[in-house]
Amino acid sequence: MDPVIEKKTSYVGSAIESKHRKKSKLTMKTRESLAGYLFIAPMLLGTTILVILPIIAAFIMSFTDWVFIRGVSDLNFVGLENYKTLANDDLFIKSVQNNIWLILAVPLTMAVSLVLAIIINKHVYFSAFFKVVYFIPYISSIVAIAIVYQLLFHPSYGPVNEFLMALGINDPPRWLADSSWALVSVIIISIWTSIGFNLIIYLAAIQNIPRDLYEAANMDGAGTWAKFRFITLPMLSPTTFFLLITGIIYSFKAFELIVVLTGGGPSYSTSVIVYYLYEQAFESLRSGYASAISIVLLLILLVITALQWLGQKKWVNY
Amino acid sequence: MKINVSKLMITLFMIVVGIVFLLPFIWMISASLKPESEVFTYPIKWIPDVWRWENYATVWSRDFPLYYWNSIKVTVITTVISTTVSAMAAYGFSKLEFRGRNALFIVVLATFMIPAQAILVPQFLLYMYLDLFDTHLGLILLNSFSVLGTFMLRQFFVGIHDDYIASAKIDGANQFTIFRKVAVPLVLPAISTYAILRFIWTWNDYQGPLIFLRSDELSTIPLAISRFATESGQLFSLTMAGTVSAILPLIIIFLIGQKYVIEGIAMGGVKG
Repeated sequence: MDPVIEKKTSYVGSAIESKHRKKSKLTMKTRESLAGYLFIAPMLLGTTILVILPIIAAFIMSFTDWVFIRGVSDLNFVGLENYKTLANDDLFIKSVQNNIWLILAVPLTMAVSLVLAIIINKHVYFSAFFKVVYFIPYISSIVAIAIVYQLLFHPSYGPVNEFLMALGINDPPRWLADSSWALVSVIIISIWTSIGFNLIIYLAAIQNIPRDLYEAANMDGAGTWAKFRFITLPMLSPTTFFLLITGIIYSFKAFELIVVLTGGGPSYSTSVIVYYLYEQAFESLRSGYASAISIVLLLILLVITALQWLGQKKWVNY
Repeated sequence: MKINVSKLMITLFMIVVGIVFLLPFIWMISASLKPESEVFTYPIKWIPDVWRWENYATVWSRDFPLYYWNSIKVTVITTVISTTVSAMAAYGFSKLEFRGRNALFIVVLATFMIPAQAILVPQFLLYMYLDLFDTHLGLILLNSFSVLGTFMLRQFFVGIHDDYIASAKIDGANQFTIFRKVAVPLVLPAISTYAILRFIWTWNDYQGPLIFLRSDELSTIPLAISRFATESGQLFSLTMAGTVSAILPLIIIFLIGQKYVIEGIAMGGVKG
């Protein structure tokens, strides 16, 4: 923030100076600079106070043993102790593994969305109607969705299991109540909620593919599959890549669904990094330890973003 | 118009798929209108024999109107502030020349990568220190500075031809007049898209109120229904009436503004 203020004051200073000297209006250029700083000031100030300072604070706190209910005077710097503990914390490792499983939902969602996008793009009437249908879960409150699915997946009298038993499956999974099925249930629900977003992005990308590519392929006698394989898929590769990366990053931020749906349970089977962070910070009140988790999470996201920059050049056809 | 038979068949098939896709919502609405004893009967009675509107009356006779008012207040104010702040920053970062512009833009953009959960602890302390904890003002400020909004709107401001701005300058307009009278009207569709999205995201925000609010009388809808679901225990029909009440206003806003929302998402590739 400091350099900005310095710059701003120096501009103001020089503006006043020139006013005294020439008794003329401020020069166009100075006035534009001043306006520029004023226009970005609210955003810059808000981001600095609410995001940049906190992340610096989290970084510093991650090297302390601070527990929230104890005063700041009781705080000790413990070096890398928190990070060492994390590396051996089974529950943290379990949460990281669960995050990796959640990533699986991303390509699955994308595949379903691509198929739907292709069908909706050319093969149905009322395509605007279908866009709206698939988009409704995306705009609905995650809390409400989680509450509804808790009932739908209820092990003994939920409609899902009633239906499965009617089909002759006598021993259906206990879904959210079973530690080996809970994560699967979370994955199913997150696919359902994110199809709409992926579908809309794919549809826009499909509509941007130049028609003449297909016309040329038609003249060469290419079949539907060949056109899909050699025109549609490669032309969509930037979109696919974008959706993959944002989907993976988003999967690391899945917090609200887990809190309401399972509270990380049963027995940590659906705990993810952000959930474990929340639990350590606001239930166990281990502020220092939770901050170390924050920094590890940030590093993971940094690596993914870096991969995006590198990968874009390598895998994407433009 | 010639009706294509295979296209019609696929449309019918897709309607069935669409209904299955929306079954959780249909079930929710149906359960919210049943007596408690019929919620879990199987085969599912999709249309109840007697429609129990009393479920809604019961839910609404509690503190629901208050929670609604809280949500409306927080969401509307956040949307107005966030849209203004983002549009101003986007204009500054795209149409005005000043030293350090690009460097500052990169700093702002880089904060996008920081997940909200990673800074909860220091934010919590900051809020305690500034007396913003357990206030609506704190909740509003939390969602008012959107990097995503700035980034999205900047792309549209960049597209404005400089001649418009130059000619306004010659007419003697200052930058704020140019912003208000020339630039904003030119990108109004993008601004509306962002405003609708910000409205939806803020209305649905659960994490903010969960961490930064304590008093029940300040609760917004998502926080209130999650508490309601835990407290009302086995009263599932009432819980469903609560969730329907929570989702419905958004679905209505979405249906009205769906063109903007869907086009906006498709253009900006934005994700909440």
